[in-house]
Amino acid sequence: MDFSWFPKYLPMIIEGIGLTLALLVISIFIGFLLAVPIGLVQVTGPRWLKWMASGFCTVIRGTPLLVQLWLLYYGLGSFFPQIPGIRDSFMWPVLREGFFYAALAFTLSFAGYEGAIMKGAFLSVPKGELEAARAFGMSPWTVLRRIWLPRAFRIVLPTLGGETILQLKATPLAATVTVIELYGASYQIRQDTYRVYEPLLMVAVIYLALTYCITRLFNFIERQVPQRR
Amino acid sequence: MTFTRRLMMAVAVTALCGFAAEAKADIKFGVAAEPYAPFTSKDPSGKWVGWEIDLMEAVCAQMKEKCELVEVAWDGIIPALTAKQIDVIWSSMSITAERKKTIEFTTMYYNTPSAIIGTKNGDTDITPDHLAGKTIGVQVATTHQRYAEKYFSAKSTVKSYQTQDEANNDLAAGRLDYVQADNSALKDFLNTDQGTACCEMKGQAPEDIEILGEGVGGGIRKEDTELKAKLDAAIHALAKAGEIQKITEKYEKLNGEIILPKE
Amino acid sequence: MFIAASNWELLWQWKGNLLSGAISTLQISFLAYVFGLSLGLAGAMGKLTGGKVLKGILEVYTTVIRSLPELLLIVMLFYLGTDMLNRLMLTLGYEAMRINGFAAAVVVLGFVMGAYATEVLRGAIQAIPIGQIEAAKAYGMSPFLLFRRIILPAMLPYAIPGLSNLWLNITKDSALVAVVGYSELALQTKQAAGSTKAYFTFFVAAALLYLIISMTSLRIFGALENYVRRGQPKLG
Repeated sequence: MDFSWFPKYLPMIIEGIGLTLALLVISIFIGFLLAVPIGLVQVTGPRWLKWMASGFCTVIRGTPLLVQLWLLYYGLGSFFPQIPGIRDSFMWPVLREGFFYAALAFTLSFAGYEGAIMKGAFLSVPKGELEAARAFGMSPWTVLRRIWLPRAFRIVLPTLGGETILQLKATPLAATVTVIELYGASYQIRQDTYRVYEPLLMVAVIYLALTYCITRLFNFIERQVPQRR
Repeated sequence: MTFTRRLMMAVAVTALCGFAAEAKADIKFGVAAEPYAPFTSKDPSGKWVGWEIDLMEAVCAQMKEKCELVEVAWDGIIPALTAKQIDVIWSSMSITAERKKTIEFTTMYYNTPSAIIGTKNGDTDITPDHLAGKTIGVQVATTHQRYAEKYFSAKSTVKSYQTQDEANNDLAAGRLDYVQADNSALKDFLNTDQGTACCEMKGQAPEDIEILGEGVGGGIRKEDTELKAKLDAAIHALAKAGEIQKITEKYEKLNGEIILPKE
Repeated sequence: MFIAASNWELLWQWKGNLLSGAISTLQISFLAYVFGLSLGLAGAMGKLTGGKVLKGILEVYTTVIRSLPELLLIVMLFYLGTDMLNRLMLTLGYEAMRINGFAAAVVVLGFVMGAYATEVLRGAIQAIPIGQIEAAKAYGMSPFLLFRRIILPAMLPYAIPGLSNLWLNITKDSALVAVVGYSELALQTKQAAGSTKAYFTFFVAAALLYLIISMTSLRIFGALENYVRRGQPKLG
């Protein structure tokens, strides 16, 4: 075991942790915002929306994230040069970065998995509560905002921590599209120092620590939400 | 509990059977599992073809040995060799002092300069100052990566890729401004439709023997001295008989572009 | 984003590669699944009936494996595992073994899945009413008979949904083996895409193949679940 390389690569590791967390937070946050309507339309939406939403969930959950990521990065990437003027557009600095594709793929993936969970959550809110709300004369929008969504959210909350950890474990895939996140940093160190195990062991420990922190964080959040039983 | 014990035995036996299937010793030539035309690439039937594959077959015929081609990830190719998953690295690996600390090499079987290509714009200045602020793509764990890091990383961004193919593709997609790699592999890329459309040769990187090495050789484990002697003898014999030249003539784009061993 | 006619031709030319990739994905997944299930069964039995030391080891195994990214585990075990095995062989006085990529992929994926399977099966076994097991013991059944006649059939209804998930995960996780250079569907696709530059076409084709695999598997597991639940009252 030789960790003499550690101080030299510390900035790279810290930056890697930053990128990993950025990918995690972006994909969970936007992914969850997308998952709410994806789950909802599968329960109440018109048939064509229902079909689209459940089709989306099936495709996302039925194919490997790695293939989805490569499809976006290489597939979309190979279309861009055909669009005239795109390299001069203000979007280009974002579109040329692997980070954008990784964030996009992870967000869609989270939306797909969480969308299916939200569908179940919306379904398991007791019918009587919704009927009572309607009987009070609430508009469908108010029912959703005041009753249905908060109740559904409380149902998924205990699973959210686990889903977040699953998502954290997916982030190393970003390294395959040039994003030097935490795993990517260990990869670089491995290539530079010819040390095979130490960099991998180091990031393994960091991932364990991150998993632990996320578990604690969600336990804390869960305790903040009052549970009336 | 006897059942648990029986089950564990079954698991162990299953695991071992998988390994034991691999008993007979052909010489295993490890090739990076990526298209690296014209040296190694896959044809639509799934067969590996290219200059290096032809040379491998010639070398094996010369040694009168049976050889087997094994696909390995480029970035794990040295660990694969030391872990004995393969016996020879046959994947355009440059002979460098750095790598020689870990593994041994056969005699050089070809050499090609390090070159830089970039987006088509007629600008062929490749001094580090001129490339300031640009993004340069290289394949990870190559001599070109070390070179780019030494000369360009102070002023430009150096991005590393697992395979050369990905770097070329990102150059075509406009995500990179330059790519540094083997002259001959880059020329091959520039000859493709994609390469012609997007990019042009910017020039050869100024020589730095310490980093760029002394040509390409087969990587072998340090203790396999017998294998090294055999491979060296075969390469020398093929070079002397003009066989390597003959193989090269089959590849129009390589002819005259790469330096071959004299004997 | 339409697939041009010439791309259909390319796809047709490379169909053999994609299909052989899909077949090796299925082979790796299936063998790794069997291996992982055996590990999981042994792990679950160990966790339920083993001594303190065994329980501790199994706890570390399931916790660590399940909190690390699969990609990291696969890369780590791929190099570490082969290296350790060879060192072990050398210390025991044998020749170092040559490990082919296929066997390594199966063992590594199976080892990772074993941790998840341990938890699924442990949960399922614990869901069996304890009286059923005690009754079987009172009849003087041997542990093996007890397992075959009571535990296995009684736990399957609880285990099948989890096991179905694990199978779907392993077919998808097998794509990660591409990163260590073993030619299954994902890597075959990348190689074909790289050679032809028709990235979009090939990745869409690969996604479809994976989708076919998952949808078919879901059907099969659904039928299986109906079968093992045949003695139970209908849910809902």
